[in-house]
Amino acid sequence: MAVHTVVLIPGDGIGPEITDAVLAVLEAAGAQIEWVRHQAGITALETSGEVLPADTLEAIEHHGVALKGPCTTPVGEGFSSVNVQLRKTFDLYAAVRPVRSLPGVKTRYEDVDLIIIRENTEGLYSGVENEVTPGVVMSMKVATENGCERIAKWAFRFATQRQREKITVFHKANIMKMTDGLFLRSAEYTHRHDYPNIEYTSAIIDAGCMRLVQDPSQFDVLLLENLYGDVISDLCAGLVGGLGVVPGANYGEKEAIFEAVHGSAPDIAGKNIANPLALLMSAVMMLNYLAETTEDNSLLDVAARIREAYDEALQAGEKTRDLGGNLGTAEFAQAVIKRIKHN
Amino acid sequence: MSPQVEKEVLQQVSVAPGDGVGPEITQATLRILSAAKVPLQFNTIDMGLKVWEQGLTSGVTEASWQSIRDSGVLLKGPMTTPQGSGMKSLNVTLRKSLGLFANVRPVRSYTPYVASHHPDVDLVIIRENEEDLYAGIEHRQTQDVVQCLKLVSRPGCERIVRYAFEFVMTRKRKRLTCMTKDNIMKLTDGLFHEVFDEVAKEYPEVQADHMIVDIGMARVASDPASFDVIVTPNLYGDILSDIAAEVAGSVGMAPSANIGESISIFEAIHGSAPDIAGQNIANPSGLLISAVKMLAHLGLGDYAELIHNAWLCTIEEGIHTKDVYQGGKGYQCVGTDEFASAVIERLGKTSKT
Ligand SMILES: Nc1ncnc2c1ncn2[C@@H]1O[C@H](COP(=O)(O)OP(=O)(O)OP(=O)(O)O)[C@@H](O)[C@H]1O
Ligand SMILES: Nc1ncnc2c1ncn2[C@@H]1O[C@H](COP(=O)(O)OP(=O)(O)OP(=O)(O)O)[C@@H](O)[C@H]1O
Ligand SMILES: [Mg+2]
Ligand SMILES: [Mg+2]
Repeated sequence: MAVHTVVLIPGDGIGPEITDAVLAVLEAAGAQIEWVRHQAGITALETSGEVLPADTLEAIEHHGVALKGPCTTPVGEGFSSVNVQLRKTFDLYAAVRPVRSLPGVKTRYEDVDLIIIRENTEGLYSGVENEVTPGVVMSMKVATENGCERIAKWAFRFATQRQREKITVFHKANIMKMTDGLFLRSAEYTHRHDYPNIEYTSAIIDAGCMRLVQDPSQFDVLLLENLYGDVISDLCAGLVGGLGVVPGANYGEKEAIFEAVHGSAPDIAGKNIANPLALLMSAVMMLNYLAETTEDNSLLDVAARIREAYDEALQAGEKTRDLGGNLGTAEFAQAVIKRIKHN
Repeated sequence: MSPQVEKEVLQQVSVAPGDGVGPEITQATLRILSAAKVPLQFNTIDMGLKVWEQGLTSGVTEASWQSIRDSGVLLKGPMTTPQGSGMKSLNVTLRKSLGLFANVRPVRSYTPYVASHHPDVDLVIIRENEEDLYAGIEHRQTQDVVQCLKLVSRPGCERIVRYAFEFVMTRKRKRLTCMTKDNIMKLTDGLFHEVFDEVAKEYPEVQADHMIVDIGMARVASDPASFDVIVTPNLYGDILSDIAAEVAGSVGMAPSANIGESISIFEAIHGSAPDIAGQNIANPSGLLISAVKMLAHLGLGDYAELIHNAWLCTIEEGIHTKDVYQGGKGYQCVGTDEFASAVIERLGKTSKT
């Protein structure tokens, strides 16, 4: 098995302890990864005076893959968010969040297994805002041919690789005929021309959300414009147990960053209470990505064995407190390690 | 017209039955209102698909505009906007032309009579109804770039936010939650939030708070009972109200009111549901409860009570339309018409809840 190099950003608050837990699991499963540690967030600010130091950016550019814990951006001091800076620097236009019902984590819904793909660079996040006349302000929602086309292609390619069957676009093209209309047409075109084998449907966003809370298991892959993606990612995470149990990934043409989407939870930091599951799941996504990009298929097997192990641990009730269990961060990692099958 | 007759002239109400399930739920609702002998004169007007097909792109005839302006009140069925036809949404046209700045959407659960995972939901969503991305200002910037303007004005924010605080006070509610995405849209959503904070100072009795809308929506889906009244910009309100209505029970049950300075429109929040139209299975409750809100709005509170009680009794006695029917002993699944008849039979009864 080849050795892969990955940039590791432990992050702030609970970041370091959940990172330790995740590294222990990956090592026990036999993932051949060399970690290159760099800082971002408050931790970086304290040592280097910047929330996102140049050496961290250079390392990501050089190695192309990073695993990142939660990073806090101090508010009101003129720092722009670590996540936004990373997204802009590397043009990470596809944000992916798989949302899956977990064994042993009881929620209202069963058999949820959907993937949310969010366009991450356009829409209302363009940052173009101004005062039109005194008392009237506007934000600009932007859609480009190129932006809509590349996310549509990315989504259909991803769905094909992951053997998914159906992509659904949520939109409001009945009101925003040009912007959401362009997004919708690009997806429809990509389906028709390049991926007719993948089923394609669309829904007006309010009706779509209604169906989502009725029964999320009826959806497979959701493809969404930036703002809708933001809102629906959190909504769906809520349906399967919260931000503590969903992973996230941000992909560009050359770089990919895998991260837990929850915050740094300073209230429980350093107490060995935090749930490392979201970061662990992100690491599993990362292994799958490395397997695809480097054609090292052994990583697919490592990823599958880790996933099986944590599913089994959860099923057996071996969980951290936020999920109703009584294990600490390190103990949960041990429970997973104990269940990893070795071939 | 002789002065004699003019004295007896009743308050006028315009009624647009609408498309899809519209006509059948409207008929059911009107049958109940007339059995309750509400002192109103209903004028049925043309609007929607039929009007479009006659070539009127607004979907509203001149006579219909006149009727709405004269009566000041419209009871409205759902309308289908033909997709991809370049037609403007009829709802947006009505709201903007008539200055209906507030869209009020109460959401309740009716457990144990109607199954819901959230038994104690009793929240109201107040949605700004004229601004935001719905202004329809879009253009092609370059060959490859299209743009849509999200417009927010200070007077617009003040009007809706004040309306929301007054609503909380007059309905004896306690808490008002504002939801925006002002961490990203600092000017537009920022203005909405800023005005909310300013106005909140004038209402120290109201517990006012703010949530980022993505977290807020997730919370509404997972714990709707923790909310009281929510005020939010147009687009978020649109999505939020469908989510809330569904987790509370069914979109078929939720009413809404569009409020302006001099004109109001009452309608169910659901659409025209073409999949079940003409089959006598649609739930008329959303429109009926909207009519109950209309009666209260017109100062006919006693009639509103009478009908609301009869409707609650019907639901409590297990007489349900298909969308909320769960089976089980003592429960009965009925059609749209039969449901209306059951409500009429119970006029005068008092509900347990
Ligand atoms: N991995 C986790 N394990 C256990 N509990 C968690 C975890 N992540 C978050 N929480 C809980 O959820 C609460 C909200 O957390 P979160 O960290 O996302 O937001 P935050 O405290 O505002 O952090 P930040 O400022 O970094 O965004 C935390 O206070 C914590 O109690
Ligand atoms: N009054 C009702 N009674 C029973 N079921 C309803 C009712 N209203 C809506 N539904 C159900 O909810 C589904 C979604 O409804 P809705 O009509 O709001 O959206 P739609 O079909 O897209 O209509 P439109 O195009 O007018 O928006 C319907 O297909 C129908 O099955
Ligand atoms: Mg979010
Ligand atoms: Mg809607």
